[in-house]
Amino acid sequence: MDFDDLLAGDGRVEPRDEMPDGYRRTLVRQIAQHAHSEIIGMQPEGNWISRAPSLRRKAILMAKVQDEAGHGLYLYAAAETLGVDREDLLDQLHTGRQKYSSIFNYPTLTWADVGAIGWLVDGAAIVNQVPLCRCSYGPYARAMVRVCKEESFHQRQGFEILHTLSHGTPAQRAMAQDAVDRYWWPSLMMFGPPDDDSPNSAQSMAWGIKRFSNDDLRQRFVDMTVPQAEALGLTLPDPEIRWNEERGHYDFGTVDFTELFEVIKGNGPCNQQRLAHRVGAHEDGAWVREAASAYAAKQAVREGAA
Amino acid sequence: MRDWPLWEVFVRSRRGLSHVHVGSLHAPDAEMALRNARDVYTRRQEGVSLWVVPAAEIVASDPGERDAFFDPADDKVYRHPTFYNVPEGVEHL
Ligand SMILES: [Fe+2]
Ligand SMILES: [Fe+2]
Repeated sequence: MDFDDLLAGDGRVEPRDEMPDGYRRTLVRQIAQHAHSEIIGMQPEGNWISRAPSLRRKAILMAKVQDEAGHGLYLYAAAETLGVDREDLLDQLHTGRQKYSSIFNYPTLTWADVGAIGWLVDGAAIVNQVPLCRCSYGPYARAMVRVCKEESFHQRQGFEILHTLSHGTPAQRAMAQDAVDRYWWPSLMMFGPPDDDSPNSAQSMAWGIKRFSNDDLRQRFVDMTVPQAEALGLTLPDPEIRWNEERGHYDFGTVDFTELFEVIKGNGPCNQQRLAHRVGAHEDGAWVREAASAYAAKQAVREGAA
Repeated sequence: MRDWPLWEVFVRSRRGLSHVHVGSLHAPDAEMALRNARDVYTRRQEGVSLWVVPAAEIVASDPGERDAFFDPADDKVYRHPTFYNVPEGVEHL
């Protein structure tokens, strides 16, 4: 079936189908950036594994960080169905030619930040990712179904961390509030620039890669999160948040997108550190990859001889 | 890693069901492919059995020739039970 007919009928495009170059390029860029975000996203939380306050929290956090590695792998595999090589994608990440989500360039200063990331960052990711389960490109959509199933545990464990802290000592409560204060606005930025400043959105919508606009998704996240903040007994750092009866949505303040663009440019608090750590981990793991290859080659020779 | 073959991964989620394709991964050999598949695709008891198949060994039909290839089934509606008229009142047929 022809590409346009397929999209018109809300069908799915599969790897060996013919597709426009722009569609392929957009998908490769988006899926790669998404995969990179998953694996870079392991760092801010990984930072707290050795200092988790209990064995229970430590086991949960390890499982979560391991999930993010898994998400990266599902997505790299989906990108490869478009004819690119994972090794090349990693190269592009390591040399700064491909991006990852700016949210991971913020530091995790306290244990409460682990809670705020689970609740807000994974929460925002879920809002972004659920519509991608219906993306027109089959392998990406299927990877997102797996990812979304796993994300809800991520969000809940974060909420639980904050709930425990906000019902703890005054110092714990203050720590939880401080984490929410720092992560709220960057979480809203995760939905990307406002619609009138998002040049590629219309094309992505026409291609069925994107299903809702950035601003619609941001609004959905705010509507979902405000009542949850009330349940936590924490405030969101935006005095303009109030229910708008007429719109049936919460109003909220203006996001400072100059901050987002600065972080994208590389001027966030942790950009250098995140990339250096990633490159270091890749280089330090080289001997493992080499040993596995050498072992496989030796076994193949033995089997050939037998 | 660049020269590690691609493996397609199939999971049987419970006894009584067939293996279903879940994704792919790179690994230097079959044993590593199996171990990686376990960690990547069955972290939550999603499977009781795993297959890994070298992607290069899969022979696939050509999407460009799909119509010609699958056409022969198009005009054989009599292969479906709904093709047949059943008199009013006849049950369990
Ligand atoms: Fe994830
Ligand atoms: Fe997550």
